[in-house]
Amino acid sequence: MTSWLIGLRDWVDARLPIMRAWNTHMGQYYAPKNFNFWYFFGVLSLLVLVNQLLTGIWLTMSYTPTAEGAFASVEYIMRDVDYGWIIRYMHSTGASAFFAVVYLHMFRGLLYGSYKKPRELVWIFGMLIYLCLMAEGFMGYVLPWGQMSYWGAQVIVSLFGAIPVVGEDIVQWVRGDYLISGITLNRFFALHVVAIPLILVALVVLHLLALHEVGSNNPDGIEIKKNKDANGKPLDGIPFHPYYTVHDLVGIAVFLFVFCFILFFTPEMGGYFLEYANFEEANPLKTPAHIAPVWYYTPFYAMLRATTLELFGLPAKFWGFMIMAGAIAIMFVLPWLDRSPVKSWRYKGMLTRIALYTFAITFLVLGYLGAIPAGGYFMGKWLHHEVSWLENNDVAQYLTVVYFLFFLLMPVYTSIEKTKPEPQRVTMK
Amino acid sequence: MKKILLSMLLVFPLAAFAAGGEKPCGTIDCDPFEPDLHDKASMQRGAKYFVNYCMGCHAMSFMRYERIATDLDIAQEVVQQNLNFAGGNVGSLMTIAAPAKVQKKWFGAAPPDLTLVARARGVEWVYTYLRNFYQDDSRPYGVNNRVFKDVGMPHVMLELQGMAKCAPGPVHAANGGIMRDPLTREEVLFDPVSGQPLNPCGRLTVEKQGKMTGEEFDTAIADLVNFLAYAGEPSALKRERMGVYALFFVSLFFVIAWLLNREYWKDVH
Repeated sequence: MTSWLIGLRDWVDARLPIMRAWNTHMGQYYAPKNFNFWYFFGVLSLLVLVNQLLTGIWLTMSYTPTAEGAFASVEYIMRDVDYGWIIRYMHSTGASAFFAVVYLHMFRGLLYGSYKKPRELVWIFGMLIYLCLMAEGFMGYVLPWGQMSYWGAQVIVSLFGAIPVVGEDIVQWVRGDYLISGITLNRFFALHVVAIPLILVALVVLHLLALHEVGSNNPDGIEIKKNKDANGKPLDGIPFHPYYTVHDLVGIAVFLFVFCFILFFTPEMGGYFLEYANFEEANPLKTPAHIAPVWYYTPFYAMLRATTLELFGLPAKFWGFMIMAGAIAIMFVLPWLDRSPVKSWRYKGMLTRIALYTFAITFLVLGYLGAIPAGGYFMGKWLHHEVSWLENNDVAQYLTVVYFLFFLLMPVYTSIEKTKPEPQRVTMK
Repeated sequence: MKKILLSMLLVFPLAAFAAGGEKPCGTIDCDPFEPDLHDKASMQRGAKYFVNYCMGCHAMSFMRYERIATDLDIAQEVVQQNLNFAGGNVGSLMTIAAPAKVQKKWFGAAPPDLTLVARARGVEWVYTYLRNFYQDDSRPYGVNNRVFKDVGMPHVMLELQGMAKCAPGPVHAANGGIMRDPLTREEVLFDPVSGQPLNPCGRLTVEKQGKMTGEEFDTAIADLVNFLAYAGEPSALKRERMGVYALFFVSLFFVIAWLLNREYWKDVH
């Protein structure tokens, strides 16, 4: 049996370099041996991607992409398809889990300077993945055809209407109709299940190819390829397989515990993963009192809503849209904003440290502000006291500025601060 | 800011129709309610109330009679005789004959499908809503609701509860507590100067009781909401049962993965 399998392997290998591919990416891919907690989120993103692809395929088997049938078909999956509810919850929980692990994965990059030379392309492919993911999540959310699906789509698609002159035509072109309708649903379905997943998978392949070409960064931000043994193997490197495969299994187990807990015990996650209003079928004549995007878009939604600026005769909605787009676009040029001689925040100075903490808090508070209804006061009720000196909208405006300053001032604070000396070899702490 | 407020005002009439009021249950706070999906007798009674009192106008279009029979331990013949008045197949969906268009003429809005109402509105909302109809002669069906102001729905369980009427209720003082007379500690219900009630519909009183006492009626509504909670997600119990096994399995996997990892990394320094 074994010899037969080896024979088959060699037969294929003579025609297709499967051994070389395995060695390049697994068996002889040398990863730094000092990966810490933050390095689980790459493999977890891959795991969730596979989960979304597989559960998505099975959902497609019973889903009806029409305005008349979509909502009922989701309930059909939840009730009449054997274990359909588990497939649906895996997909809905997976969507939120995808963003959770991707955000942590991106923050890891910020902490350890994984975007810096020579990994600029790895970062850019990653950003493109993130962009695709946002489009994928948005269109996927429309498919169940609940109230939030409908009105969320209405709000986001109408943003294009703020573009001068051609805006309204673009909106109509995107919707394929004069309002969000079954036509919109049908094209979003096509994009969600065919077009974007294809691009997404291709980008993931490019992300990994680029990474494996230059090698992984590590918490110390030093290049392990600088110290090699007589055979040309990095002294601080370790073969990805089996070392990191078994290592990642531990992280996967912990992740699956959290994932399964949510999936089986609180799949709605208090209205954050599945919004309550989305259990009501879409009704174009009934606007919900509070239209909130799902949690993973809320930081950007807060920026959009906070923009009240009217400049050059263009409406605030247009500038809000521009700020929202800019908030994502500015991340693309991150590799060229960081002027520090070192990569990891371990050896950068105090200014970077403060900037990173501030940025993380800013992003979280913006996320909170984007999820609650507009108006009201920041921390309106604090220890049973009414607080009414800081409007939510003002806070969102300040934090939007802080968000941009983190990036725009980066060339300054990374070049003036005093850095610590990097170690020659990686540290195992 | 002003623009946001203005645009909110514009959509407000629609929004008021959907939610109405600032409190979690319209004009009042929700009454606490915890569904018990293990209490099959309660859900069976709830199913009975549902088909008798709700299904005249509201459908449960994503639910099948057969599913109720299986999940709530009711024999299929019993379901067919006592729940399925339309007389269709036991495997059929719980739809109704009245067309939405006609219903819209009757009530001003078509009665919504109730399969998912407990998930969309929340069980506490439904529990509070059904117990807060009161007499209001200005309304087409003679009743209004404290949770859903000016709702088009008549008080279908009037024969059970009897007609409730508004009575002055307590108000909150500036410190957030109930406003009380400083000497007698009694709740202040009337304006001391004008003598007008401060909170004219703060309480509901039933003068002429229906077929049920107040307590019996609350229990009946609890049964009904319990059934609605079940109907919103029939696989909820199975989900939690499977979850325990899933977490147990993942924990076991964690231990094995952890030991394997420790073995491999033992010599890496």
